[in-house]
Amino acid sequence: MENYNLVIIGGGPAGLAAAISAYDKGEKNILILERENKLGGILNQCIHNGFGLHTFNEELTGPEYAYRFIEEVEKRHIKYMLNTTVINLSKDKEIRALSEDGLLIIKAKAIILACGCRERPRGGINIAGSRCAGIYSAGTAQKLVNIDGFMPGKEVVILGSGDIGLIMARRMVFEGAKVKAVVELLPYSSGLNRNIVQCLNDFNIPLLFSHTVVEIKGKDRVESVIIAEVDERLNPKMDTCEEIKCDTLLLSVGLLPENELARGADVNISRITRGAVVDDSLMTSIDGVFECGNVLHVHDLVDYVSEEAKEAGIKAYEYINSKAKKVYPKTEIETDSLVRYTVPELIINNEDYNPLTIKLRVSNVFKKVRLEVKADDEVIFSKARPVVAPGEMEKIDLKEDQVKKLRSSKHILVYLKKVE
Amino acid sequence: MYDIIIIGAGIIGTSIARELSKYNAKILVLEKENDVSCGTTKANSGIVHAGYDAIPGSLKAKFNVEGALMYEELSKDLEFPYKKNGAFVLSFSEDGLSKLNDLLERGKKNGVKNLSIITGDEVRKIEPNVSSEVKYALYAKDSGIVSPYEMAIAMAENAYSNGVEFKFEEEVIDVKYFGDRFIVLSNFGTYYSKVVVNACGVYSDKINNFISNIKYKITPRKGEYMLLDKEFSYITHTTLFQLPSNMGKGVLVAPTTHNNILVGPTALDVLEKDDVDTTYDGLNKAWNSALLTIPKLPKGGIITQFSGLRAHLDTDDYVIGFSKDSKGLYNLIGIESPGLASSPAISKYAANEIKEYLNLEKKYNFISKRPKIKHVREMNDDELKEAIKENPLYGHIVCRCEVVSEAEIVESIRRFPGAKDLDGVKRRVRAGMGRCQMGFCTPKILEILSKELNISLDEVTKKGKGSELLVGRIKE
Repeated sequence: MENYNLVIIGGGPAGLAAAISAYDKGEKNILILERENKLGGILNQCIHNGFGLHTFNEELTGPEYAYRFIEEVEKRHIKYMLNTTVINLSKDKEIRALSEDGLLIIKAKAIILACGCRERPRGGINIAGSRCAGIYSAGTAQKLVNIDGFMPGKEVVILGSGDIGLIMARRMVFEGAKVKAVVELLPYSSGLNRNIVQCLNDFNIPLLFSHTVVEIKGKDRVESVIIAEVDERLNPKMDTCEEIKCDTLLLSVGLLPENELARGADVNISRITRGAVVDDSLMTSIDGVFECGNVLHVHDLVDYVSEEAKEAGIKAYEYINSKAKKVYPKTEIETDSLVRYTVPELIINNEDYNPLTIKLRVSNVFKKVRLEVKADDEVIFSKARPVVAPGEMEKIDLKEDQVKKLRSSKHILVYLKKVE
Repeated sequence: MYDIIIIGAGIIGTSIARELSKYNAKILVLEKENDVSCGTTKANSGIVHAGYDAIPGSLKAKFNVEGALMYEELSKDLEFPYKKNGAFVLSFSEDGLSKLNDLLERGKKNGVKNLSIITGDEVRKIEPNVSSEVKYALYAKDSGIVSPYEMAIAMAENAYSNGVEFKFEEEVIDVKYFGDRFIVLSNFGTYYSKVVVNACGVYSDKINNFISNIKYKITPRKGEYMLLDKEFSYITHTTLFQLPSNMGKGVLVAPTTHNNILVGPTALDVLEKDDVDTTYDGLNKAWNSALLTIPKLPKGGIITQFSGLRAHLDTDDYVIGFSKDSKGLYNLIGIESPGLASSPAISKYAANEIKEYLNLEKKYNFISKRPKIKHVREMNDDELKEAIKENPLYGHIVCRCEVVSEAEIVESIRRFPGAKDLDGVKRRVRAGMGRCQMGFCTPKILEILSKELNISLDEVTKKGKGSELLVGRIKE
């Protein structure tokens, strides 16, 4: 068995940023475990640009953005292992990982889970029809095109207007494919507005809101898909069915945090985010186990992943090096129905009054609202938002005096107030 | 010249091949698909029925009860997943009790042991998620579950080890009898044999009708299913049937041997024998029906859907035996539920009849056991260390959802009959069977298949010719 102070599971943007910040705080005994053959995570296949506007004030490609962090990790000689898959995590922070060198058993003082997320598959949305070839999640197609250099198809329909779907629409067009339509179940896109403009509008790709794919046709390979309009309850209106000939269906129908390890260790998982329930130090229900990045909740921008991970690194450092581990009570943040979730979900009732950010996603598109926080009966934060959408993460930045109130209150409510 | 040609490599064809490989005979299996277990065998409920359902005196009753009892030993010899998990037949009304009693009586007549009637509360004590509407249930403690495709693969591998030949992608287009032998014409070649075994599932009428004047008609009856993530394995450990009522035949909610939850099947007669598309209505129907059993069934837990075809005969019983008018043609027609449960007994019976007919001698060196591919997910620490030391590829996890290593995938391709495509790998080692449904591992498995089969990436298929996954290189 090997011992480390801090083990970070996942060498993508979250894991890298967490490692760097923990190191810079003073923690030198760090190990990053990465299952792929290089660091960088999913960014390696995101060769389009638009990353890093917030962090570096410039537009980088995914690999470029990752490289900035990899360089910093290398500079600090932070230890990492590639091609190493963690297969099990226990409550007492024992890790089992496999690589071609054998079974690795590691005991850690603190663990940061930074394993990212995965795509919801076809089965998850119950599309009927053939189970033939030619159906891919958008990210799989992205890997095939950008990493392996192969085309998954020539005539494409994309279901879901999540960012990867939008990016892949443009990518497939660049490679000579015809993208016949992007079909979105909801009346709005869950992707970034800039992606709709740059990836669809600029290429005259139709985006059909309130539509879905009800059937896939084709014996061995996709031959067509049947799409239909949906009603307010999102059920397809079968009299609006229309057939679109295509050989490929790409799915961009949601991302799910990959919390298998956390679940295995009985970490408390949120039913809404599917990430761990964390307090404002990003610690899960297991003492010394932290989460950050898309494994905690799916982010819209990688810049915010890095930001959150940096915080996790600092908190993990503090956890490892705090002498007396005093346990404080925690207050759960409640939300109204317009707010889907907040991260963190729990506020520690201690005396740390440093500024704090609460991240959240709303449940629908709302115009002219105020985003507010109530601590006990006092409104301690209020921000006007002309428009909020589920596709974009909202942030509440609380200053010291606000944090002070937050930490001492018994009831915390985060909500949207409609402004007339 | 073969002694025996078996047409069809589903659970019946492969089981008979294995049974017959106990004798000295030259045996060939012809299969139109590129792998074993590509038809009904790969898409059914995977239930080893206890045998209370079939009508006493029918072949279904006889073979079901006998077959179910053979599973324990067979699954040990051939190392395929099987578990005796018990089953409930649920009645949602008070008057269902008499029907349950009928089933109980029928079961007893068929020779089924360990049957009892219990109350709804007793059911919920064992399976707390079962609906409060359930009043009574028949409890069949000996009902089991099996992984049908893994069973057929095990049968085929073992038959091959015992000298049976297999030819894939050979569709039989005619069977003639000439002089003292059968002439079997495939799309690829001509083969001769003394006996032809017709184990063609939904196509078994076609093969029989090529040569016999006693005609049969199989109606393909579609059953649609949904599969839930392992996360929801707590929903039930017992197989849950519904008592057929005026609300329809009802669907089952059952665990699989790999801890997923299976919901289905529907029953709809279809025209085409290759129509295995799921339908919007069918899936909805199955789901809504299953909600009666488990009101809190989580729709978000579904990871995939599939459908399979039952080989239904109007007479509602199996046709098993030598054809009355075509000497040497051994028919297995209408093998539908409980066909899987019956298969070990059917194959034993059929092999015995064929052995008598051909006067075959017992082989002294029959290999009765087949070792499965070792799975990382089933190993303890010491076994993992040992396995990786022996073959480092055991340390390279390719499918993260089901924890499948490259070593397992490579072996699934190298064995005979081995995997030739993504679905073949999936059925053998479960890579891609998990919650991401091959999202992450598709590119990696493509690469391994391409390397192992020595074909280019864009020649790799999902399930045989025509289902290539890639259409060529990107622009240079």
